[in-house]
Amino acid sequence: MTTEARTALADEPKRSAWASLAIHAGLCAASIVMLYPLLWMLSSSFKDEQDIFSHGLSLWPTHLNFDAYRRGWGGLTVGFDVFFWNSAVIAVLAVIGNVMSCSLAAYAFARLEFPGKKFWFALMLGTLMLPYHATLIPQYVLFLHLDWVNTILPLVVPKFLAADAFFIFLMVQFFRGLPRELDEAARMDGCGPWRIYWKIILPLSTPVLATAAIFTFIWTWDDFFAPLIYLNDMASYTAQLGLRAFVDSSGKSDFGALFAMSVLTLVPVLVFFFFFQRLLIEGIATTGMKR
Amino acid sequence: MAIASIESGGRQAAAASIAPRRRKNWSGYLFLLPWLAGFLLLTLGPTLASLVLSFTNFDLIGSPRYVGTANYVRIFTADAKFWTSLKVTFLYVALAVPFKLAFALAVAMMLNKGIRGLPVYRALFYLPSLLGASVAIAVLWRKIFAGDGLLNQVLGLFGIQGPSWISNPDTALYTLVALSIWQFGSPMIIFLAGLRQIPQDMYEAASLDGASPARQFWKITLPLLTPVLFFNAIVQTIDAFKAFTPAFIISEGTGGPVDSTLFYTLYLYQEAFAYLRMGYASALAWVLVIIIACFTAFSFLSAKYWVHYDD
Repeated sequence: MTTEARTALADEPKRSAWASLAIHAGLCAASIVMLYPLLWMLSSSFKDEQDIFSHGLSLWPTHLNFDAYRRGWGGLTVGFDVFFWNSAVIAVLAVIGNVMSCSLAAYAFARLEFPGKKFWFALMLGTLMLPYHATLIPQYVLFLHLDWVNTILPLVVPKFLAADAFFIFLMVQFFRGLPRELDEAARMDGCGPWRIYWKIILPLSTPVLATAAIFTFIWTWDDFFAPLIYLNDMASYTAQLGLRAFVDSSGKSDFGALFAMSVLTLVPVLVFFFFFQRLLIEGIATTGMKR
Repeated sequence: MAIASIESGGRQAAAASIAPRRRKNWSGYLFLLPWLAGFLLLTLGPTLASLVLSFTNFDLIGSPRYVGTANYVRIFTADAKFWTSLKVTFLYVALAVPFKLAFALAVAMMLNKGIRGLPVYRALFYLPSLLGASVAIAVLWRKIFAGDGLLNQVLGLFGIQGPSWISNPDTALYTLVALSIWQFGSPMIIFLAGLRQIPQDMYEAASLDGASPARQFWKITLPLLTPVLFFNAIVQTIDAFKAFTPAFIISEGTGGPVDSTLFYTLYLYQEAFAYLRMGYASALAWVLVIIIACFTAFSFLSAKYWVHYDD
């Protein structure tokens, strides 16, 4: 922060006020172009049907109309309340599973000595590069034989088995940065590896655990492919699948309701964005996550 | 590290017998157990199984029937849709990735000039990246580029009558390219972090020597940024190869119009889950895995000629 301020001060005399203004004008114009579609969707969801066509480009509805939300919410044979509940259950379980299983594995890799550790660590890194297509079909066959299709198990159980190796890698990096003297001291006091993991490593790692939790939530909430394959019964649909079903049915004609439901499916992600923006951006900048 | 573990081992050996120490040694596996089970059951096993399945015909109902290399032979010699989907995917990757990275770098450089309000701009530009993968955004995109969509309404202000971009096979893919470029926020954040690492005095020295801003970009910024560029290029390319949701939503799962948005992953999905040709789809999956592996290997081999790791 201080270096940022210093470079800003050092730069200021060199650049004229006009150049500064030009940069801000350019950035503002770019932000407007980027965000206009999102704002347009938001405002269209509050417009009357005829408003959408006569004042299509305007971002200001002539008056706020929540009717589209009412029409959309009950627009399918199964309501969006069910879809949102399903999505929330899956996302929360995925978060719990990922944080637990990945932190356990990461602790073993970062802090414990055991035979074959290097071998398994190399394999774990190898799975980071493996596209999911390589495992897709046999996994489906496996879950089909377990009779798990049309349940949330194929979407949730892999998280409890640390299938998202990326987060293991992220946590290993973080755990390695914690001072080893703490472990040594605890061991002197008679703590076993479990106590050290639970009482020392986890409490000191809230930033990385929170990053993993938030990204897991957002990615699971947004996931479309896995629910598309595994959930066929409308009562088990997630919000993303419900929205897709809505597109194919009434959404074709009812523009406003489609936008209203689209806005609602974005709300949880937006909430995380507003509250944990710094954590998200730092997560991207330091680990290079793809989105 | 080795010394520390020997020391602690010695301390334990002094405190107790040898047996508990050995148990403690293996106790790492208890922590590793969930991952290990997942790795064997969900990654290693299925990877090998899909390789085996790719040499069979398998419709989920009967048992897999061994057909030798017939699936691969058909993919490369008798499957026009395979080549179409490959062409669509390569075109998408070749357009989306360079433009996205160029935008990301350009905006990151503007943001790196020590301007006020940096966190606000950075967050605003990042927002589309965060939202972009969801169905809602694909829905929005359909409505922007539809015949009576937002884009044509804007063009209408200038008296231009635009086509329906989504239902025209010549333009449909470009709407997906635009969607990908719109999400330049996360590579931008990574570029920004990289730009911050470049010492300011290098630019000051270059200015004193009379180097123009363009020359400074080509001689200082770009070479020092190549590790970050390399990283972004690999991540974004692999991600683009795997793109699925937007094409699925925009074409209603068909890859249309006239297969113009038939991404490789979409074709794979259709073969596997619409036609239940699991053996053939496994072969398609392995072709994709090999394409991505070749691309990655090629990138890493080429890196030593253009990526500067010294500082």
